[in-house]
Amino acid sequence: MMKQLLMFTKVMLILLLIATTIPMAELDKSANAFSNQVIRQGAIGDDVIELQARLQYLGFYNGKIDGVFGWGTYWALRNFQYEFGLDIDGLAGSGTKEKLVSASNYDKQYVKNQINQGNSFTHYGGTDLSQQAPANNSGSNQNDGNASSGNSGGTTSANVPSGFSENDIQMMANAVYGEARGEPYIGQVAVAAVILNRVESASFPDTVYGVIFEPRAFTAVADGQIWLTPNETAREAVIDAINGWDPSGDALYYFNPDTATSPWIWTRPQIKKIGQHIFCK
Amino acid sequence: MLKGILITVLSVGVIGTAVWGYQEHREKNAILINAENNYQRAFHELTYEIDVLHDKIGSTLAMNSRSSLSPALADVWRITSQAHSDVGQLPLSLLPFNKTEEFLAQIGEFSYKAAIRDLDKDPLTDEEYQSLQGLYKQAADIQSELRNVQHMVVKNDLRWMDVETALATNNEAADNTIIDGFQTVEKTVEGYDETDLGPAFVSMQKKDENYQYLEGKEISKKEAVSEAKKYAQSPDDVKATVAENGEGSDYGFFSVSLRSPKESIETNLDITKKGGYPIWLITARGVKQQKISLEDAHQSAVKFLRDNEFEDLDLFESVQYDQMGVFTFVSKQDDVRIYPDSIKMKVALDNGQILGFSAEDYLKSHHKRDIPQAVLAKEEAREKINSQLKIMDDRLAIILNDSNEEVLCYEFTGTLGEDTYRIYINSENGREEKVEKLQNAEPIYEDVV
Repeated sequence: MMKQLLMFTKVMLILLLIATTIPMAELDKSANAFSNQVIRQGAIGDDVIELQARLQYLGFYNGKIDGVFGWGTYWALRNFQYEFGLDIDGLAGSGTKEKLVSASNYDKQYVKNQINQGNSFTHYGGTDLSQQAPANNSGSNQNDGNASSGNSGGTTSANVPSGFSENDIQMMANAVYGEARGEPYIGQVAVAAVILNRVESASFPDTVYGVIFEPRAFTAVADGQIWLTPNETAREAVIDAINGWDPSGDALYYFNPDTATSPWIWTRPQIKKIGQHIFCK
Repeated sequence: MLKGILITVLSVGVIGTAVWGYQEHREKNAILINAENNYQRAFHELTYEIDVLHDKIGSTLAMNSRSSLSPALADVWRITSQAHSDVGQLPLSLLPFNKTEEFLAQIGEFSYKAAIRDLDKDPLTDEEYQSLQGLYKQAADIQSELRNVQHMVVKNDLRWMDVETALATNNEAADNTIIDGFQTVEKTVEGYDETDLGPAFVSMQKKDENYQYLEGKEISKKEAVSEAKKYAQSPDDVKATVAENGEGSDYGFFSVSLRSPKESIETNLDITKKGGYPIWLITARGVKQQKISLEDAHQSAVKFLRDNEFEDLDLFESVQYDQMGVFTFVSKQDDVRIYPDSIKMKVALDNGQILGFSAEDYLKSHHKRDIPQAVLAKEEAREKINSQLKIMDDRLAIILNDSNEEVLCYEFTGTLGEDTYRIYINSENGREEKVEKLQNAEPIYEDVV
């Protein structure tokens, strides 16, 4: 009886030991690993950088480690899930992340340094990391990390809506700011939507630049106000319009009734008024 | 007396000169701005066309059928000649545009010859395919160079007229950043997508259908407000204003604006008169810090759709822009994706609030469809695809083809090199209805020079 009790306490003690050490070990391992989020396609940020670096370590991902979960990352993740017998869903959930963390190493310091220096680099396993980056920062491609548009987490690429480049967005933001900076937000989205409706329309030029710079089309272009530096709001309005929001109700024209000089514009069928602008067909 | 006359005459003269001078100055400025705008248009259009060109060539690489290759090549040829004319309108012959012009001439010649040839009898040879690949790479290089210069032009507010004036006055010391830019910029970048907005976008012609499928009776202004409050999930004390659509609109709607008295946040939405469905909704507020993941935001978008009885929708695309998540949903019937019925949603990544909702395409085209049985088997359709493409995924989908008809297609997603393509094969006759190169992330251009 006494012996049994001793045995029992021994087992309990061992169990207790195991119970306390295991989570410690696990905690240690995942200390600088992923946050809790499920990472899905389209996401940006530090978790994506880690995901790409780890997938590259294992040889699944050959693209650039840029912190944007695009198609390349998506296929790499699915191949990883396939090889490791996980559900192939293209989502980095807790199960996938655990497998990934235990199968690969992630040299966060190295990756972050390379990104901050704007180098092109790789993070393959089995090769010395020092051979996977330029010998020393040549200083030629200095990238101050979150240079453009307040990007979070030092990513080096950005998502842009399909069919448009960052420069296209910038130029449209210029036009929207020049034309409608005093207007409410939806008024700005509507002006951007009118530009896009014109691109689609058969009676106007077929490119965004053609529409913006068409002679006498926009007053802000004719008097040079288009060259004012636009704010974030104008940019966001442009992205909304490109992504399919059209508060103008499919309008092709708009005008400010207080300042409009052409009597012709009053003959257009009016759809609605937003802020100071009347939008018409 | 004489003095008085003299003074009057002189002062009239001085004022006259001043007025004349001012007018001249204004005219000169107006003309300068005009000329500048022309240069800007030519330059930006050129970069845009090179973008498009790069993608179109990329798509032709993934094409298989002759019937889609010929029109695609003709399209390449058309864009080439446009780009050529834009290069010609730029003011500076001394700029290193030689490379661009050479490239345009090459691709123009290639695409013209291939497009007019009967590709059924005389298909592209392996060498030709390789030279097309070479041109694709070259297009990527030129695209990235031009993008970088464009970024500089926009960012630093550079004026072509300044360069021109500097050259005209032979002033070497003037700021020639544009010229320098063209000479220094040399970087490698990935491409990006085409003008084609993808299958979930409905083209203008199709848009004129005016909500023929909507059910329900006409609603009143008052009902519009209560519907609006429901969709905006706004508190009861919100202040609402309603306006009816103008006479120029093709369809009836109410524009509702909701403003909560405490915060100065405004939600605007348009609601159809028939049935009271939300066409679009926008809540304008800034989002400072990301606190939830894109996946959490996705869940909150799904919940919104479920709560508001938008059913049988499938997530098609999720994209994060700074602190916003944008999601595209398309409807699904009998396990077939219906791309014309699309809903877009914008979710704040700080608390998961729905900041935007756009269902115009969905409301205009959603109805119960009679989906035919696919005539071709999946394997047969698969054989129609360019063998270079590595197919990763497939499904059945209804898309709008070039002639704006809804067709049932096999959708294959596959990779070719670094790029991912989506290819639609008509399930009835095996026609290659659409080949799309999917968007890659765009590198953030540094402030070079």
